[in-house]
This record gives sequence, structure tokens and C-alpha cells, in this order.
Amino acid sequence: MPLTMKKLAEVFSHKDVGLTQGHRMCPGCGAPITVKLALMTAKAMGYEPIVAFATGCMEVSSTIYPYSAWSIPYIHNAFENVSATISGVETAYRALKKRGKISPDKKYAFFAFGGDGGTYDIGLQSLSGAIERGHKFVYILYDNEGYMNTGNQRSGSTPPGAETTTAPVGKEIPGKVQLKKNIVEIIAAHEDVYAATVVVGEPMDFMSKVEKALQFDGPSFIASLSPCVRFWRIPENKTIEITKLAVQTKYWPLYEVERGVYRITRKPSKFRPVIDFVKAQQRFRLLLKRPDADAIVQRIQDYVDKRWERLLALEQATKDKPSR
Amino acid sequence: MMEKVAQMIAITGAQAVAHAMRQIEPDVVAAYPITPQTPIVEYFAKFVADGVVRTEMIPVESEHSAMSAVVGAVAAGARAMTATSANGLALMHEIVYIAASTRLPVVMPVVNRALSGPINIHCDHSDTMAERDSGWIQFYVEDAQEAYDLTILSVRLAEHEHVRLPVMVNQDGFIISHGVEPVSLLPDDVVKKFVGELKPIYPLLDTEHPVTYGPLDLYDYYFEHKRQQIEAMKNVKKVFPEIAQEFFKISGRKYSFVEPYKLDDAEHVMVALGSTNGTVKYTVDKMREKGRKVGLLKIWMFRPFPKDEIQRYLTGRKSVVVLDRSASFGAEAPLYEAVKSSLYESASRPLLSSFVYGLGGRDITTENIEEAFEKSISGELVTDHEYYLGLRE
Repeated sequence: MPLTMKKLAEVFSHKDVGLTQGHRMCPGCGAPITVKLALMTAKAMGYEPIVAFATGCMEVSSTIYPYSAWSIPYIHNAFENVSATISGVETAYRALKKRGKISPDKKYAFFAFGGDGGTYDIGLQSLSGAIERGHKFVYILYDNEGYMNTGNQRSGSTPPGAETTTAPVGKEIPGKVQLKKNIVEIIAAHEDVYAATVVVGEPMDFMSKVEKALQFDGPSFIASLSPCVRFWRIPENKTIEITKLAVQTKYWPLYEVERGVYRITRKPSKFRPVIDFVKAQQRFRLLLKRPDADAIVQRIQDYVDKRWERLLALEQATKDKPSR
Repeated sequence: MMEKVAQMIAITGAQAVAHAMRQIEPDVVAAYPITPQTPIVEYFAKFVADGVVRTEMIPVESEHSAMSAVVGAVAAGARAMTATSANGLALMHEIVYIAASTRLPVVMPVVNRALSGPINIHCDHSDTMAERDSGWIQFYVEDAQEAYDLTILSVRLAEHEHVRLPVMVNQDGFIISHGVEPVSLLPDDVVKKFVGELKPIYPLLDTEHPVTYGPLDLYDYYFEHKRQQIEAMKNVKKVFPEIAQEFFKISGRKYSFVEPYKLDDAEHVMVALGSTNGTVKYTVDKMREKGRKVGLLKIWMFRPFPKDEIQRYLTGRKSVVVLDRSASFGAEAPLYEAVKSSLYESASRPLLSSFVYGLGGRDITTENIEEAFEKSISGELVTDHEYYLGLRE
């Protein structure tokens, strides 16, 4: 049965989500919202979540010894290995169940969380390996498009023209010049995987994808655009709005790929230009002062337009044609 | 008393360890193949494929993921193992430290191989010596029998409530791992009874008692946690002899921190790690036939370092030659340095000398060993000068 807001309100009026108050994330940060939406879905469905976290903002801010904001089992191992770590936990579960040491009635949800650094870049090998091996886990990427924990350095997810400290907008170079890595396509290229994009500004779409991921017979991957208010340089109360804008500008299309079958889950009747998304964030302010700003923004516009056309075509082409 | 007749078979060191793992039957094995460790993973994978063990295997995509998955599995409440060599160990280095500092009782057979570069597949100890301060207990074995025995024994040591530390059981690449020797295997049920069931502490899978593993630990607590790790390592000195005694009861084979060989009246002693001890024993026997009062102190346990035993067995000798199968660039070789500092307080310090040998698998012969002994006996060696055996210069 699909989750409803009413059901969630009922469940969580007397149950905590798993991530409690007291963590030290910035007000307005997208990461804890991403985590809570995922955990709420799992708990409402009757799962017992176990969380593995890659090194990053959320990890350091939620577990400063001797405190922990986690009321559910949690493990942080290192930066690049959250997928390998959760694969160990998940395998231990299967091994112990086989030996009768764990009740077969217990319904675990194994979650791995990582930022874009831990996912697109340093943790990609570990993630690919865990997916290829077919561990039953849900990987949730909170994508804030940079190494924000360490003060806004460039990542493989940073968009062109965004100001970062390691690809600064300078007199010669207009900040990062490369496009974002298309992480969902990379993950979807594995066999037998469910991959989807979500935003914190579309909670019902978000939760229905987590629901699908949990019910999927194999590994699943959900990429959540999770604004960093500090380094996107947006007001604390704009987090939700900016992610909606990302969807409306085709910057972050909402779709899913289930065993090769594409499905776009939000098709706005009217799109807004990508410049609206760019202008809403001060991380692009230096870019916009440059004489080549229009050309760079146009390049992003062309890219998102073409990607959208491709997605529509893929949706059409893969309909009823799962890879297996 | 041995309850059942042990089985004597001719196998390699790698096979011996695979059999030990089969009998331990861990819940999870996560491993990545690397020469010369590969046959351990291959033999064990066959046991899994044939349903001989109930172990779940994780065929990871790298050693970094092998150790990471093992950390996850042990934290979850399982008994988990891995095995590696050289560059594989170096790749997992970061997580080797995390396993120890998280106090996870992992047992890892390591097949010693020279660390790149240049790339080389043969034996020296540069790989495990690079991990000597990682917080793992380290054994170095002389032969396949010891590799088998100490792999089994280490499960108990690692999981002991006063220890809770991971253990590396190091065997020399190719020399032991691929050399066929007679090995006495204990009956399966005897090993199972000896290792017993893992009693997990704070397992992640116990959702009734949620715990946080791997928190951010800053200047207000990190130091205290390191102190606890130091204390756990000290406890190995108390706990290991008790477990070794229990192992003796089931196997008839005695283990300790060190093994003295013909030391009673020895005036000149050699100290070594690993398979070379066998060659030294043979040479000691030959030299004794010629009336030379020579002996050997084999180091089984390198971490924690057996300082008391070093003092007890080496104080008052005329000369001591320390053999190292790895170099410490710009400093003294690791075993020599440890032996030397252990003897600092001794009332009567022997003439000490340091020989580095066998790097990258260079063979060490009985002639090499005799040459080192004779030079030591003649008194011509200078303490702290690093000498080399079997090197063209």
C-alpha cells in the first residue's frame, strides 16, 4: 500500500525517525531532510533500518563523541568505503540468519548514505562493486555538489561555473568547466539495479521511490539533490524551493530506471530557463559577473535540454523492455 | 590429552590456512586475490562452492573493500576473516587501522611479499612491517604447521574479552605458502570446540540496542581511546599463554612469544622471523657439530613485542645477530631496532649486529647464515652498522 502523509503522521507521532534532534547540521541543510525522508519511509513500512555513513558533513555533525544523534544502529567506517561496509553488514545478516542466529521474521533495511564526494568520486569503486555483487541495500546519495564538509571544494558533481575553492572563478578560468558526472546513468548501467533521482522538495515522489527501492529485489540507488545552504549561498528557508526549481528547469529531472526501463516521474507542463536556477544561488555570482557568463549558462541550458529529450526518448524506447 | 587422532597430510601453507579457515568456518569471508595469497582464497572459495562450509563469501573488488566489508560484518555481529599480501595489504592500510581502533577481532592470514616498487611477487616482510604500528597483533610463522595452528589459535586471542584486537598471521610468500610440507590437521570438531561461538559485543544487527560505530572522536576523547588500545595490547601478554596452553592440550604443540633453539649454553645467538628460522636451525645443528656454541631465538609474536623474553634469552650472550627481511630506510631495520631497544636495560648486553637479507625473495642459504655467525663470533662486526646477506655490492 502506498504511503500517505496521513499514515506517516500517525506513525511518527509516537515513534522517532532514527535521526533525532541535537545533531549539528546547519539550519536549512538538505542532508538531514534526505536522511529523514528515507528512514521514515522504511520505518513506516515496518523495516528496521541499519545505517552506514560515508565520511562527510552529516557523519561528522551527527556523531561527535560522546554524543550520537542516531537512535538506530549506525556505522561510519571511512570516506570511500560505505558500500563495502554495508555489504559486510548485509552479508553478516544473511550468514547469521542461515545459522539461525537471527529471527527470519526480522525485516531489516540496509541503508548506505554518502555525499557526492563519497559517491561520484572516491567511493565510486566501492559502490560499483557492491551493486555488481547484488547486495540488498539502498544507497542514498545526498548530492550538494561539492566537498562542503571541508569548505566547498570541487567534486565530480559540481556544475560548471559554481564557485569552489579548488576550482575558483578566476581572471582566466571561469570556475569549474566540466559538466556534472551523470551518476544515475553510471549506476543504471549495472545489471539488476533500481536507480532514481529525487529532491527534498518533492517528498511524495521521494518516498515512493524509497518504497520501491526497499521492495526491489537487489541493490538500489537514489540520488537526492540536497542543497548546502552555506556554499550554494542561499537563505536557510529556500532549500525546498530551490530543489523544486531544479526540477522545473530540467537541471535535476525526476526519473527512475528499473532494470533498464526509464520512467520520468515528474513532467512539468511548463519549464523555466536554467538561468532562474543559477540566479537563485550566490555560488554563481562570480560567474554571472564574467563577460562569458551568458555562453556558459547557455551551455548548461543546451545540456539540460538535450538530456531531457534523451530521457523522453529513453522512456519511450525502454517501455516494457526490461534488461531482464 | 588429545581426544582424537590428528590427520597428517602433505599440503602447502596456503592450503593449511584454507583448512584452518574451513574448520573455523567464519560467518563471512571477504577477500580479493593477490599473488601469493591467491591459493588461500581459491581453496576457501571451493569449500564454499561445495557446501563444505556455511560461510558467506564476499568476492570484493579490492582489498580496501575486503577489509571494509570485514569491518562491517564484524560490527554487525559476525565472525569474519580475510587474507592478503603486499600491495593488497597496503591498499587496505587505512581500514587496517580502523579495524584495530574499533576493537574488532578479525583474523587475517597474510602471505608476506615484497611491497612495490619495483613490483615483485616474492617474499620479504616489507608489507607487514609497514603495518607494525597499526594496532594489530602480529605472528610470523616458520612453516605451514605453524600457519595452520596460529590461525586457529588467533581466533581465540582476537576475541578474548580483554583483548578484542585483530591478528595478522604472517607466512612467507611462496616459501611457506606454496611449499608442500606434512601438516597435522586437528579433527574438525576439536577445532570447532576450541574456537567456540563468537560472542558479539554491541552488534549492529541488535536493533533493540542501537549503537553508533565510528563516531567523530576529537581531542577530548581520542587520546583516552588510544590508551585503551595500548592497554588491550598489553593484555595480550597475559592472555596468549593461557590460550596457547589450551591449544597445547588439543594439539600437543607448544606456542609462546618466542621459541628458543639450543640456547642453554649458546654464546652466539641469531634472532629471526619466519621461514628463515628453519634454515638457521639446520645451520645451528651443523655448526654445533663443529663445536660452535650457537643458538637461535625465533620470534613468533612481533606485536606486541616480547621484550621480557628478549631480555631473558639474550642477556649475557657474547654476541647476537639480528636478521631482518625488510629495511627501514634511514633507520635501523625493524627487528634489530626492537631487539636493541629491548636490551637497553640489560646488565650484560651482548655484541649486537644487524643483517638485512632476502629482500624481494632473494634466497638465504645455510652458507649465508654460517657466514653471519662466524663474523659475529670473530668479533669483527660493528654494532649499528647494517650488514647485508646475499647481496652483490
